[in-house]
Formats: sequence, structure tokens, C-alpha cells
Amino acid sequence: MSAQRQYELVYLLPAEASEADLADLQSQVEGIVGRFSGAIEKTENWGRRKLAYEIGPHREAVYVLHVINGPGELIKELDRRLKVIDKVVRHLVVRVDEEMRVAERRRAERQTHLAQRRAQRGLPPEAEEPAAPRNDDAEQAEV
Amino acid sequence: MSDMMDQRSSGGRGGRGGGKREDKGQGGRRGGFRRRRVCKFCAEHIDHISYKDAKLLAGFVPERGKIQPRRISGTCATHQRKLQTAIKRARQLALIPYVTD
Repeated sequence: MSAQRQYELVYLLPAEASEADLADLQSQVEGIVGRFSGAIEKTENWGRRKLAYEIGPHREAVYVLHVINGPGELIKELDRRLKVIDKVVRHLVVRVDEEMRVAERRRAERQTHLAQRRAQRGLPPEAEEPAAPRNDDAEQAEV
Repeated sequence: MSDMMDQRSSGGRGGRGGGKREDKGQGGRRGGFRRRRVCKFCAEHIDHISYKDAKLLAGFVPERGKIQPRRISGTCATHQRKLQTAIKRARQLALIPYVTD
């Protein structure tokens, strides 16, 4: 079994697409994901948006985002199927797990770096502590 | 002898180098005053530049639709590279235009 990876899938449906069309496509995606023993982690419907440029006859489209965990073969099949389905105006699949890991690491590094610097200056490691009372003061002053 | 040396250095490479240093400082450029540029992503600690954030990306795509060069926006090399892929992905999804005229 190949490695589990995280992908983001965004597809565009015509603005005229009904709820049924949306549900139908979602179930199709779910079906493929299920077949490859993947999992949909998150689904986001961005709703109708104006397109930055016209795609064929379309000026607006419904955007749907899925965050999918699964192997690469799953994405291959998903990509192929989405290309075939006429209802899908456009779609994009991007692998995100690596980038997310890098971003996470950078955030952690920054936090430890910040804590070290605070320790060197003899301050408590948490930044919230000195900021909190100042906020309270401001609120009191306003009241 | 020393005079000649001075002339050569100010007329040739030395002169250009000096001009370049001026660019980095406060203004001193022919086109007018220019602010000191800081990479937005470094300054605001944006670790991951996502293609989904069309509002953020739009700031780096002037009205013509081209990607703003680093020398104008001040973005650091690392983030410009990330920004570039993000903009190109956003274009595929029609979140950002390829061209506008």
C-alpha cells in the first residue's frame, strides 16, 4: 500500500448547477476516495464566485474544495474522472502535506527562537503575559 | 598618479557600485523617492502562501495581470518563488486573471 498523502482538490461547476448536481458530484468523489481507502478530511463550498476570466460560456462558477488524504493512485483516478465529467468546468489537485509540514516547522522554529530571545532578556517565555494586563488597562480606560 | 587612479575608479565600476548602494537606501533614485521595501511574507510571518487566498495574491498582480517583480514589491527570493506558484495555481482556477486590458 502506498503512502498516505494529503491533497487539495478544487473544482468549478457552472453557476446554474443545482444542489442535486453538487451532491451528485460530491458522492462521485466520495466513491472514488472510498475505493482507494482514502478519506475526505474537509469539504468547503465557497459558493458562487465571479471568474477572473471567461471560461467558455461561463462568467461565474461554484467553487468546491475537498481536502483528501490518500495514495497517489487515488488522485490519478480522480483527476482522470474529473477530466471526463462535462459538468466540471475546471479542477485543480495540489499536494499539500509537504508544504504544510515545512510551514509548521518554520512556525515552531520561530516560536522557540522567540522564547530563547525572551529568556535571554530575562522575560517570561510567554508573550501573552505582559500584553494581557496592558489590554485590561486599555479596556478600563475606555469604560 | 593618484589623481588618475581616482578618476578611473569614479568613472568606471566604482561609480556604478555607488549608485547601486544608493538605491537600497532612502530614495536617491532618478524616478523619485522610494520607500525601503520589506518582504511582506517575512514581515507578517506568512509561512504558507496559498493559491486560495486570492485577496492576498491580487496585491502582487498589478492591473495588467502580470506578476509583480521582486525589485518592485520587495519580496524576498524564497517567498517570490512561493508566490509565483501560488499565483499560477490561482490563475488556473480563474481566481486571478492571466491578462487584463
